[in-house]
Amino acid sequence: MTTETTFPVNQNDVTNFSKDRQEPQWLKDLRISSLEKVDALELPKPDKTKITNWDFTAFEFNSTVNATTGLSDVVKGLTGGEDKIKALISQKNGVTTYEKIDPSLEQQGVIFTDIQTAVKDHSDLVEKYFMKEAISYNENRLTALHAALVNGGTFLYVPKNVEVEIPLQAVYSHEGKFGLFNHVLIVAEENSSVTYIENYITEGEAVKTVANIVAEVYVANNASVNFGAVDNFSSETITYVNRRGQVNGKDAKLYWALGQMNDGNTISENTTYLVGEGSYADTKTVSIGRGNQIQNFTTNVIHFGKHSDGQILKHGVMKEAATSIFNGVSKIEHGATKANGEQTERVLMLSEKARGDANPVLLIDEDDVTAGHAASVGKIDPVQMFYLMSRGISRREAERLIIHGFLAPVVNELPIESVKEQLIEVIERKVY
Amino acid sequence: MSTPSLKVEDLHVSIEDKEILKGFGIEVKGGEIHAIMGPNGTGKSTLASALMGHPKYEVTKGNATFNGEDLFEMEVDERARAGLFLAMQYPSEISGVTNADFVRSAINAKREEGDEISLMKFIRKMDEKMNTLEMDESFQHRYLNEGFSGGEKKRNEILQLMMLDPKIAILDEIDSGLDIDALKVVSKGINQMREERKEDFGCLIITHYQRLLNYIKPDFVHVMMQGKIVKSGGPELAERLEAEGYDWIKEELGIEDETVGQE
Repeated sequence: MTTETTFPVNQNDVTNFSKDRQEPQWLKDLRISSLEKVDALELPKPDKTKITNWDFTAFEFNSTVNATTGLSDVVKGLTGGEDKIKALISQKNGVTTYEKIDPSLEQQGVIFTDIQTAVKDHSDLVEKYFMKEAISYNENRLTALHAALVNGGTFLYVPKNVEVEIPLQAVYSHEGKFGLFNHVLIVAEENSSVTYIENYITEGEAVKTVANIVAEVYVANNASVNFGAVDNFSSETITYVNRRGQVNGKDAKLYWALGQMNDGNTISENTTYLVGEGSYADTKTVSIGRGNQIQNFTTNVIHFGKHSDGQILKHGVMKEAATSIFNGVSKIEHGATKANGEQTERVLMLSEKARGDANPVLLIDEDDVTAGHAASVGKIDPVQMFYLMSRGISRREAERLIIHGFLAPVVNELPIESVKEQLIEVIERKVY
Repeated sequence: MSTPSLKVEDLHVSIEDKEILKGFGIEVKGGEIHAIMGPNGTGKSTLASALMGHPKYEVTKGNATFNGEDLFEMEVDERARAGLFLAMQYPSEISGVTNADFVRSAINAKREEGDEISLMKFIRKMDEKMNTLEMDESFQHRYLNEGFSGGEKKRNEILQLMMLDPKIAILDEIDSGLDIDALKVVSKGINQMREERKEDFGCLIITHYQRLLNYIKPDFVHVMMQGKIVKSGGPELAERLEAEGYDWIKEELGIEDETVGQE
């Protein structure tokens, strides 16, 4: 945020907003103190991408969406028809417009509700985790902005020993100048397991705005969380998305499957803290850059637990004049004996103007560990193209086959079938 | 339908400014099998790659027509769709693309939109051809040439040839690295094409050894040295080369170094 732009929200607005939503005192206080910190804090500094001139203030805060809107056709494309839906929360501009939760979940004590309801109905439980450990409001200017302005999101709580069979889905759409400050909080208690899938989309025309997204996932002893996401904002949306995993439990597991398909400038951070002994994190990401967009995808896995294991696999395709930086950091702290950290980053560039960079980093502060990395940045091999075309396949189709082939090792391994299918569709659309 | 024809005249081809082909000429028609033989380094594989349009090779002089059309005015994929096929010595590996998907894309590339080959028809044809070539069914679902042995890649090239029904096929050292059983199988595939397609299928076989020609009987045999054909004849020429080697030709023509100076 530069000093000459006027910030669209002041303390009064935040206080009133919180009051209108009948929020508990702790959240109102957090909002106010976060807002006070915004100016003093600096923007985050994603490695190798300069964002100081990105305008994170160009948005409108007031949502005029009616809660009875229901599912739009765009959203139905992501969820299937209503008869097929078992567990879905759909929000537009922060307002929940559709909610359907299989009654069996409630009987098991699972909470799956929008964040606005959660802070009222489960205030203590939300407070215990909300921006407490996985992420803090005062990390940088954007996390502070996020805490001050949260206006959408979901809370998912899975009690001890509950294994949720059906995937729980959330769709967050935004339209117009509305700035989305979406917060997802997932808590998986001991011996539980759950799959959560989220979609971010722009509805209507591409209009200059901002999305500031935070997800926190807490995984307790022997619990397992599958987290799938397909981000698909328009070319005019500037996105800051920070997904954090706090894997504190012994033998706890967290699987990330992220389809990073935004068309606008994007800073995406995904950090997993492996604290529990024998904890495990698996991160798979697929990205496509096009147009003039600038993106930075940073994945961190930070090992504290003994025998913790972190796997990172990132594949990206850059076309036209897109620029993307892929940072992968495996950090093994002192005392995390027998930890293992592996990472692979691969970037395929389709044009002379595309820019891509893969930076694998291993930071190891413990002797008794194993770690490895691989990275490559390359163009389409002309000999491969010749081979495919020599069978009558057009240049365009040959490129398409090579791109699909390049992304297949990640896409085919995604643990959530519906995310895989959605991604294949989005890839198809974005590549052509 | 008129008989297919590939006609090459006075072809000069360079790679990185070094001239490899120096005035090569040939005409291959449907129903004919031509064999081009010659020692290593005489430009045989350059010929194959240049005719298909490999990006590394530059045609500097001469012309080629395929069914009367200027071959060098056509893109690689257009040449293929017109019915030219090259079975490559070193086919590329394409990760993430299955053999079956690839072949189906290639077949459909030749057909009009809305007239794609039906899945059943495709599967039947693929099964039948793989059977002929004694290939395991699993090859359909493996990534294109990825992790294939040399022999498996060669069989896969012939499989594509049989699936795509080209009018003129160029086989670039398809016999290199094949054991005798594999050689027989590959030859069976070519001979089947020849029997079924008759006047509608011609073949240009590039080989270093005569032994492939024991299984695929050529109508014409050409010897290549110094980037062009120096001698042509019938099948008996191949037999003499097998028995006596190339030295007698060099002597007859007064050639000291038969290569084009490649390493």
